[in-house]
Amino acid sequence: MGRPVTHNTKIKMVEAPPGVTGEGFFTTKLSEVVGLARSNSMWPLPFATSCCGIEFMATMAAHYDLARFGSERLGFSPRQCDLLMVMGTISKKMAPILKQVYLQMAEPRWVLAVGACASSGGIFDTYSVLQGIDQVIPVDVYVPGCPPRPEAILDGVMRIQDLVKNESIRRRTGDQYQELLDSYGIQ
Amino acid sequence: MTNDFIIEKLKAEFGEEVYNFVELYDILTFNADKELNLKILTFLKETPDLSFTFLNDLTAIHYPDSVGKELCVTYLLQNLQTRKRVRLKVYTEIKEPDVYTASALFSTANWLEREAYDFFGVNFVGHENLIRIMNVDEMDYFPLRKEFPLEDQTRIDKDDEMFGR
Repeated sequence: MGRPVTHNTKIKMVEAPPGVTGEGFFTTKLSEVVGLARSNSMWPLPFATSCCGIEFMATMAAHYDLARFGSERLGFSPRQCDLLMVMGTISKKMAPILKQVYLQMAEPRWVLAVGACASSGGIFDTYSVLQGIDQVIPVDVYVPGCPPRPEAILDGVMRIQDLVKNESIRRRTGDQYQELLDSYGIQ
Repeated sequence: MTNDFIIEKLKAEFGEEVYNFVELYDILTFNADKELNLKILTFLKETPDLSFTFLNDLTAIHYPDSVGKELCVTYLLQNLQTRKRVRLKVYTEIKEPDVYTASALFSTANWLEREAYDFFGVNFVGHENLIRIMNVDEMDYFPLRKEFPLEDQTRIDKDDEMFGR
């Protein structure tokens, strides 16, 4: 008689980083382990202002299921999150608020600009709309589309994961990163 | 209440100071000099037979080609008992866009006049808080005036030849 409860045996595990294995020990680089852990447990902060936000809701829901990438836990406080997902048109009046949200996030933090509006202002080439969020905060990955399909958003998240996985643990303290922040007037 | 009745009342009170009576989109529309706007609005609001007590809308229009009358301020009033509407238009020149504020008469006019100031630069004389309401505070022009292009001028990545500018 088998047990009445069947367990899901088709769990996909992330492969261990390259390293040296011996009897009772395993050595590898710290940055690889840290990157592995970070990239598979991203906490996204959705900043959804328009139709791209609707596509994001589909991305989060059961059919596309962002949870498969370790990101099912949305944080609605910037203090808890690592990934700022900006989805939708950002008007110039919204820009300081977006920047404040970014400033409230703790390092390390990544930014995903979803859709044409967040990336470049999109069709709204007008006096009231910010022509891309990279005018106020640094952006790591841009997702094209108007709005992008959930697959495209997933692809964007996966590219963020690649960045996170391969990021040097010294990057955030380096001069180049400091220069980038200085160019945006961020301390 | 018919349009003729309203015209008759207005003519009896203001004579030749109100003119250009036309019916636009089923709404009686007329013009007056900008100095008289408050007197006419008060008359329309407080005369018992008229009692246009509700300000539906207040906005501005820019006509760059009509010299000396570039900016038009329109008031859309409604009588809530009969649901009748009437529209008053006053014109002002763009160099000195001073119009008396209706915010003491209609509280709605407070924000509507701020909006008209924000987009067209109409200076509502006597308004208690005439600052921008929709656009960013740093904006240094009035975006809906026709001399300003609609597109954002800070954008440098668009190729003029590809976008037909």
